[in-house]
Amino acid sequence: MSAPLPAALVPGRGGLAVRAGVTAYVVLLVAIPLAALAHRGLADGLTVFWAAATSPEALDAFALTLWTAGVVAFLNAIFGTATAWVLVRYRFRGRRLLSAVIDLPFAIPTLVTGLMLVLLFGPQEVLGQWLSAQGISILYSPPAIVLALLFITVPFVVRAVEPVLLELDPAEEEAAHTLGASDLSIFGNVILPAIAPAIALGTLQCFARAIAEFGSIVVVSGNIPSRTLTAPVLIFGEVEGGYPGSAAAVSLLLLSLALALSLGVRGLRSLRSKR
Amino acid sequence: MTSVALHAADGVVLAGRSPAPRSSWTLARAALLAVVIAYLGIVLLMPLAALVAKGIATGPLRIARELAAPEALFAFGQSLILAAIAVVLNGAFGVAGAIVLVRHRFVGRKILDAIVDLSLAISPVMTGLAFLLVFGRSGWLAPLGIKVAFALPGLVLCTLFVTLPYTLREVGYVLEEIGTDDEEAAATLGASAWQSFWRVTLPNVRYGLAVGLTLTAARALGEFGAVLVVGGAISGRTQTATTFIYAMSEERREAAAFGMAIALAVASMLLLAAVEKLKHRKGDR
Amino acid sequence: MSIRVEHLSKNFGSFEAVKDVSFEVRTGELVALLGPSGGGKSTILRIIAGLENEDAGTVRFDGEPVGHLHARARKVGFVFQHYALFRHMTVTENVAFGLRAQGVARSEAGARAAELLRLVGLDGLGKRVPSQLSGGQRQRVALARALAPRPRLLLLDEPFAAIDAKVRQELRVWLRRLHDEMHVTSIFVTHDQEEAFALADRVLVINNGKLEQAGTPLEIMDEPATEFVAGFVGEVNVIDGIASEGSAVFGGLRVPTGSFADGAPVRVVIRSYDLKFWRDDSGIATVSRMQSLGDRVKVEARFNGSGSLFAQFPRRSSLLAGMEPGCRIAVEVTKSRAYPLVVSG
Repeated sequence: MSAPLPAALVPGRGGLAVRAGVTAYVVLLVAIPLAALAHRGLADGLTVFWAAATSPEALDAFALTLWTAGVVAFLNAIFGTATAWVLVRYRFRGRRLLSAVIDLPFAIPTLVTGLMLVLLFGPQEVLGQWLSAQGISILYSPPAIVLALLFITVPFVVRAVEPVLLELDPAEEEAAHTLGASDLSIFGNVILPAIAPAIALGTLQCFARAIAEFGSIVVVSGNIPSRTLTAPVLIFGEVEGGYPGSAAAVSLLLLSLALALSLGVRGLRSLRSKR
Repeated sequence: MTSVALHAADGVVLAGRSPAPRSSWTLARAALLAVVIAYLGIVLLMPLAALVAKGIATGPLRIARELAAPEALFAFGQSLILAAIAVVLNGAFGVAGAIVLVRHRFVGRKILDAIVDLSLAISPVMTGLAFLLVFGRSGWLAPLGIKVAFALPGLVLCTLFVTLPYTLREVGYVLEEIGTDDEEAAATLGASAWQSFWRVTLPNVRYGLAVGLTLTAARALGEFGAVLVVGGAISGRTQTATTFIYAMSEERREAAAFGMAIALAVASMLLLAAVEKLKHRKGDR
Repeated sequence: MSIRVEHLSKNFGSFEAVKDVSFEVRTGELVALLGPSGGGKSTILRIIAGLENEDAGTVRFDGEPVGHLHARARKVGFVFQHYALFRHMTVTENVAFGLRAQGVARSEAGARAAELLRLVGLDGLGKRVPSQLSGGQRQRVALARALAPRPRLLLLDEPFAAIDAKVRQELRVWLRRLHDEMHVTSIFVTHDQEEAFALADRVLVINNGKLEQAGTPLEIMDEPATEFVAGFVGEVNVIDGIASEGSAVFGGLRVPTGSFADGAPVRVVIRSYDLKFWRDDSGIATVSRMQSLGDRVKVEARFNGSGSLFAQFPRRSSLLAGMEPGCRIAVEVTKSRAYPLVVSG
């Protein structure tokens, strides 16, 4: 991506103006608001920031956000890889449809996702009633958060692993076969090392997306402080409650995490494009 | 390259090249397929089915009546307007930004690229809060006089923020794919930078651009957290399709909420179908 | 138009792609830049076209320096290795592109495009898009597109590298004929010596960013100026030795070295067809291997204690009479060239 630019394509005055415009747009629309967020978080001093960001309520919210995102990332790492495998290696009727279904979460608004889960597990619905008769409650508890996040993050691992699987050289597997390796050992020794960076990339994206989620969770979790209140929902509550300072403090912590994850994703990507 | 949407693009484009299909169906293979289908069924299709079932149970007539209410029409119309603004502005920005980030070389390019990524990585709630802080009463850009809290400009800014990278990434991905040969050829044939852009670069990226614009529209229609924080979902003023759903379910007016949810789901699935179609065209090219 | 390249240098980061290269191309000439891949040939071509900027040196068109001119102002036709046809345009639109960019009316540009398509033998394919053409046809469209705006100079970057062997032969003959008709000053880049010798009036051998030799194909073949050139064009034997009275001794064989002082270390290069072997039971070498190469036979001979040399003969050559592995042979060197041996380290 950073090969030197041919002299003939070096931008002239018009190109430089476009560059200035693009930079200004990004700075105005993204950089300044985020800087303001960080500034507000720290404006009342570090001690206030720290107190707000690590209040028992905030800590519980962070813990819930992180563990649900972790569970979701883990599940998607496994099932997402399996899905990519099935899509690339199997030929069956409905494969195109399956592939399209996986992109569904990119299109469906997350609030609608949350509503769907309410419809599925709500106390008046068939499944919800049956489950509560079994003593299982999903809605307004962490499992609902996990289900909502799973819905939203399905595509990441699949779409990260799929192209790498497609590019795998079948000769390597065939060579391993002729050397008498079992299917399992071929997967472990030949395929897994090749797709591991892609799995890591997808899992990281999945995790990053999960800790930022708001729309679906706010409807399904019931937002019970210290039990089902995630960090983004907590921020929302603080804004609504008229505490922008503590909202900004929690935001700043979450923003740092998002930034770190985003840089991690970039790192993994450039690793992949170098190979 | 770095976006959610982009990854979807990789997969579909590459899927055009099919590896040698295996024909033998062993028990293990069938089992794996069953597991995958069960997983996607539980996670994706069951919730979707619940919405469809509710729609049928409520009845199309009742839903149509709810959607025809003035406040519902206003909310949906407002979402369409926001989506249109995002498509136009971020479409233009996306093409320009992709050229700048992929074709230009300058100090700070990587930082600019990373900031664009950040717009995807952060929670929409934080986006809303950030705009309140910047343009609010004591904010840095308060003197600009842009009314953000409970006002349309705020909704526009939020929508622009959350849809910022889609077109840029899709177009940038294509620009990287096709390389610089065509533009060099145009230069040796005497074309100006402007001619080269309109007659060579833009036609070359047209499918990527179409995919990017469609994703932008879908994302804009579905945005919730940021517009809720900034707009407050005031009926008939700052309500969008999503915040309408939220308000309705808070008020226990379920039919209106589900009706709008179904309308949004249908709209976004149509957009998704368009994206899938475009990607296959792009693959054929 | 004539081209003059003076002391041209270009670095990419710490990599020196072109090092102080100077040469001249006369009006109407067809010149090949020949050398191994990554040797800087394409970079020289791209600098002449204005696609890259030189770090040092001057490029002159008809004596005028062009360093300040953007590629679009140089009026140079450029044919890219992978054609770089505009995939969303028809063949006619591709060929007419340069004229349209200069503001020529659509009808006039279309007429010129049709004329060029006739010239390159693609009559009637104007409405197709590039993806409907074969590699050879695409290459000819690329050529027509480059020629349409009547360039002062035609540059071709590995024009036939992406085309399969048989079509490549035909295109070569065709390109030479086209050049003889149009007389546009032309430079093409190739790593294939056969292609360079078959097509070019003159060949410039480029290696490691440096110009090794410039000359007619015959000069390059017969009078290689450097050891690299000798080794790059054709199969050669390399012998290291000490010059003594105008020759070096290799296992009993005296090889002429020309004017080297006695005692100077020399490296002698002998082409495989500049050696003669014939059966002679009192000869100085022994045949160690005979290998059929189809219409030719490659014979390897061991020289007592000094190693081996090989030669090639036509299959029916009388020299091969009675020759078999293990037999003794006499040896004659018809031509050789000696270079100073640089002892490294």
